[in-house]
Amino acid sequence: MLLINCPYCGERPEPEFVYGGQAHIARPTDPRACSDQQWADYLYLRDNVKGVHNERWRHTHGCGRFFNALRDTTTDRFLATYEVGHEPPATLKGAHS
Amino acid sequence: MQRFSGLTLLRRGLSGQRGWQPQWRRAEPKPSYDAIIVGGGGHGLGAAYYLAKEHGLRRIAVVEKGWIGGGNTGRNTTIIRSNYLFDESAALYDHSVKLWETLSQELNYNVMFSQRGVMMLAHTVHDVQVSKRHIYANRANGVDNEWLSPDEARRICPLLKVDDIRFPVMGAAFQARGGTARHDAVAWGFARAADALGVDIIENCEVTGFLRDSNGAVAGIETSRGVIRAPRIGVSAAGHTSVLLRMVDVRMPLESYPLQALVSEPVKPIFPCVVMSNTIHAYISQSDKGEMVIGAGTDAYTSYTQRGGLHISRHALEAICELFPMFRRLRMMRAWGGIVDVTPDRSPIIAKTPVPGLYVNCGWGTGGFKATPGAANLLAWTIAHDDPHPINAPFTIERFRDGELIDEAAAAAVAH
Ligand SMILES: Cc1cc2nc3c(=O)[nH]c(=O)nc-3n(C[C@H](O)[C@H](O)[C@H](O)COP(=O)(O)OP(=O)(O)OC[C@H]3O[C@@H](n4cnc5c(N)ncnc54)[C@H](O)[C@@H]3O)c2cc1C
Ligand SMILES: [Zn+2]
Repeated sequence: MLLINCPYCGERPEPEFVYGGQAHIARPTDPRACSDQQWADYLYLRDNVKGVHNERWRHTHGCGRFFNALRDTTTDRFLATYEVGHEPPATLKGAHS
Repeated sequence: MQRFSGLTLLRRGLSGQRGWQPQWRRAEPKPSYDAIIVGGGGHGLGAAYYLAKEHGLRRIAVVEKGWIGGGNTGRNTTIIRSNYLFDESAALYDHSVKLWETLSQELNYNVMFSQRGVMMLAHTVHDVQVSKRHIYANRANGVDNEWLSPDEARRICPLLKVDDIRFPVMGAAFQARGGTARHDAVAWGFARAADALGVDIIENCEVTGFLRDSNGAVAGIETSRGVIRAPRIGVSAAGHTSVLLRMVDVRMPLESYPLQALVSEPVKPIFPCVVMSNTIHAYISQSDKGEMVIGAGTDAYTSYTQRGGLHISRHALEAICELFPMFRRLRMMRAWGGIVDVTPDRSPIIAKTPVPGLYVNCGWGTGGFKATPGAANLLAWTIAHDDPHPINAPFTIERFRDGELIDEAAAAAVAH
């Protein structure tokens, strides 16, 4: 079980959270202008990184808020959690893949 | 290849088990082959076997970064069934069940395929309706599956508690041709038979890149043991498929999650079939060694760690103790995880890739052991013909772009 540091509430056990998949994927602003491939990329293609992964979590059974995290998928260790709408911490940005 | 028979077993038994030969050679990589399979699980070893056996290729290598069968092949709960909802899936999984039925003879290796029946419990009105829909669809496709009342389910599996539990059993779907097989034996049997046809099985050899020719077609692999050339390469690397395809700039519709299983201390034969419950999430059968083999769920998040959270396996054990109260006193011996490659529609991909000469078999997620001979057989066909067989033709990468999903995810919610 992971200990996850909600940026709003602090460290809480994993069952309080819901995983939200890869972070920083923006819905195309005009879906009708997308090709089928672009739309499929948005819906279905993920980086599935082996290494540092940018991802979303939601503190469902706590403050209820979404936030972002950087986690190493080879160890499950969190490198950082940060608020939605922000970029990952500058020192870790090189790892953003 | 030293063939096995009752007589050879008896003779070696009486002479102190001396004189057995290794079952496959420890091959060194050659500079080039006609075809390379990346991944020495059951699917990859089987593909090499069928390429040699049915398509006449002789210079074939299987490259495996660890030891053969050390991936999901050796980590799964070995449930085999073919009662999937959609026509495409029924054809694919039943192709595999038919191959299972003769696999031990085909390979001259006892894979311990046991058609003891798979019972899938229904606990809610919705479950009952979905199960019956599956049964009717399966019958229309010539796949056996029948509805059992709670009493009939208990007659087959007397240990099952159907009432006085949090989610009473309202009935079950039962596929009598389903069952289990010995996972290691499947890897070893394919390895031995492929080796006998000249296939090189190269362990401790990690693929780190692909060579491309001037037209962009694949021309070989870079590995921890040097460059190996081949004009045709099949990737059968389960949870690591995205990582490998990334090396040729192809993004896959896959996410990799840890999936766990546990086994108990061995007990006398008490459990006659496989029982699965998708709703309260638990899977159980008894191995021929006597251990109760229990499958848990996936973790919520993507990971490559080959271990899962304790709360996930605890959840499965709670469901097992509810359905089979006598197992409350069983001690668990081992627990482990494997990394499963999940597609958005929970159906696999056996297809050509955008890179000429590169083929992929993946996306089997939590349920590809049952498909081992079938998927291997179809990957071999696809590589040999540079075109899919009609059975795997719908299972492309492009189905996500074209909106032609084979949505077993919506049909079953979980798929083992
Ligand atoms: C706990 C658990 C329970 C399961 N239960 C069931 C079940 O009851 N029924 C069912 O049908 N399915 C089940 N599955 C799913 C099933 O195990 C898999 O779908 C199936 O075994 C996949 O076989 P494979 O040969 O494709 O993969 P694997 O056996 O994982 O083989 C892939 C191989 O590729 C190798 N590889 C990866 N990257 C590289 C590289 N760069 N270079 C060289 N080699 C590489 C790996 O080391 C590995 O050996 C379960 C899985 C798990 C984890
Ligand atoms: Zn919070």
